[in-house]
Amino acid sequence: MSTAAAVTRPRGLPGFGARALRNPSFLVGALLSGLLALAALVSLFWAPYPPAEIDIPNKLQAPSAAHWLGTDSLGRDIASQLLVGAQNAIVVGLVAVGIGLLVGVALGCLAAARRGWVDELVMRAADFTFAFPALLSAIMLGAIYGPGLLTGILAIGIFNIPVFARISRGAAQAVWAREYVLASRAAGFGPWRITRNHVLPNIASVLIVQATISFATAILAEAALSYLGLGTQPPQPSWGRMLNEAQTMLFQAPMLAVYPGVAIALSVLGLNLMGDGLRDLLDPKLARKR
Amino acid sequence: MSVFLFKRLFTFLATLAVASVLVFTVLELLPGNVAQVMLGETATPESIAALEKKLGLDKPPLQRYAHWVGGLLQGRTANSFSYDTPTAELIAERLQVTVPLGVLAMVLTTVLALALGIYAAARHNQIGDVSVMAASQLGIAIPSFWFAILLILLFAVQLQWVSAGGFPGWTEDDGGGLLDGLKALILPAIALALVQAAILARVTRSAVLEVMREDYVRTARAKGLSRRQTLWRHVLRNAMIPVLTIMGLQFANLITGTIVVENVFVLPGIGRLVFQAIANRDLVVVRDVVMGLVAVVVVVNFLVDVLYALVDPRLKASDA
Repeated sequence: MSTAAAVTRPRGLPGFGARALRNPSFLVGALLSGLLALAALVSLFWAPYPPAEIDIPNKLQAPSAAHWLGTDSLGRDIASQLLVGAQNAIVVGLVAVGIGLLVGVALGCLAAARRGWVDELVMRAADFTFAFPALLSAIMLGAIYGPGLLTGILAIGIFNIPVFARISRGAAQAVWAREYVLASRAAGFGPWRITRNHVLPNIASVLIVQATISFATAILAEAALSYLGLGTQPPQPSWGRMLNEAQTMLFQAPMLAVYPGVAIALSVLGLNLMGDGLRDLLDPKLARKR
Repeated sequence: MSVFLFKRLFTFLATLAVASVLVFTVLELLPGNVAQVMLGETATPESIAALEKKLGLDKPPLQRYAHWVGGLLQGRTANSFSYDTPTAELIAERLQVTVPLGVLAMVLTTVLALALGIYAAARHNQIGDVSVMAASQLGIAIPSFWFAILLILLFAVQLQWVSAGGFPGWTEDDGGGLLDGLKALILPAIALALVQAAILARVTRSAVLEVMREDYVRTARAKGLSRRQTLWRHVLRNAMIPVLTIMGLQFANLITGTIVVENVFVLPGIGRLVFQAIANRDLVVVRDVVMGLVAVVVVVNFLVDVLYALVDPRLKASDA
């Protein structure tokens, strides 16, 4: 082995794969999250039936070979609606977390780099945004612009901004206090370059964990908004709206109210477990304390 | 007053002021013509002009804002467009359902979470701890409105012990009574408490475990205090700080949860009021309800800060 190769900094996280395989929380979470992603992916190309196809003669069918989970009050295939509903969950999670990550991390890093009044302003704005839970923002936006998926995603995304801003600011401040950052500053590097080269790579693990948990929260929030009629609108299937429709049929077809709830709960459980597992894997010190 | 509390009071008042500006701006200025939004696309120019005059939209925005905030501070609110009643009256009437529901849910949450959290911490890494943690992980993943539907399915549809929704009223004149009213709120409160308790139980467990590792706890045990005495006298008081933080943050979730669960159980509370207002395009009600809910969240967070200072005197001392 050459000397140069011997002193090369190890890339990635050494032993991550082996440790991941020994972490049951991560494994179960990754399996459930993988199933959610797979369902969304498969539904892009194939579903047993078109999910919005109304078939009144076959309404409220029990599960069978033709309709794996039966049909609803309009004869729509439940399994197909669940599959296509997974797309919705993924899109909402990705966009809402994306908004939080992009804006929140930028603000958090700015606050940590600039400190002083910029830091104070960003943190007070974050405190202020916490006073507007996603549902209240969605109610306001829905009252004006009408309910819809975009309104829901925006409301959830806006609520994610202060979450990521606070976390990235806290983690970035710790990085700014490290000696190698001091050395970079002494070498004349500016805040932007230090943030790009040192801060962001070092806070990435914290952000990945939070993104996983916020993804789960976004799925829950979208389901609640769709249940209330403020999220996804017909004919696009959504797990929340399926529950709303199922509630009117509780006496005739109680199982209709079970399937979408199980889908939401398993997706959220999977993402939360994966987040917990990742936290243990990426921050072993914290794992030992737990 | 300590610097800590003074700062918090200032932040509290500033947050309320900025929130009122934001709610006013979003609901009155952005859409262009509020009267048009409220009356719909088929409204005639005459009806739009009449509603604009009634709502005071012909006046400058600053004057309207001052009139609105001044009215709120004096308990004087505009009339609802669809009910033709002051929104304060509507809100006060609906609070008779929402407040007891929220209080009941919070009490259930606290009792359940503290009991489970302390139990799990006391049996760290044993079967009891693992079971509580697994159950809480599941509780966090279950949407409260779905759990509410499952409760209806079990207790109203299968067992037929309670009705599937609705509220009989608090007095016999309304056709109900205290017991009937409480009976109608118990399932919604359980549905709300499950998720909140699951989160809080995990926080309680972590906080108790953290404090149990402290030197002063070891000293207390070495002095001859029993495990139970140490827990009650030393551990719980110190573990309450993170628990209080999360309870404050959870209050916002509780409010939004109440809005959703009221709709599941068709309870005539604030949640139903705001959704009927959206359906009727009654922006006056939406504006006042949203402002009221935001104010409650801000007030509760402020009270939690005050409680911190009481529970942890170091906070006062550090800023003074």
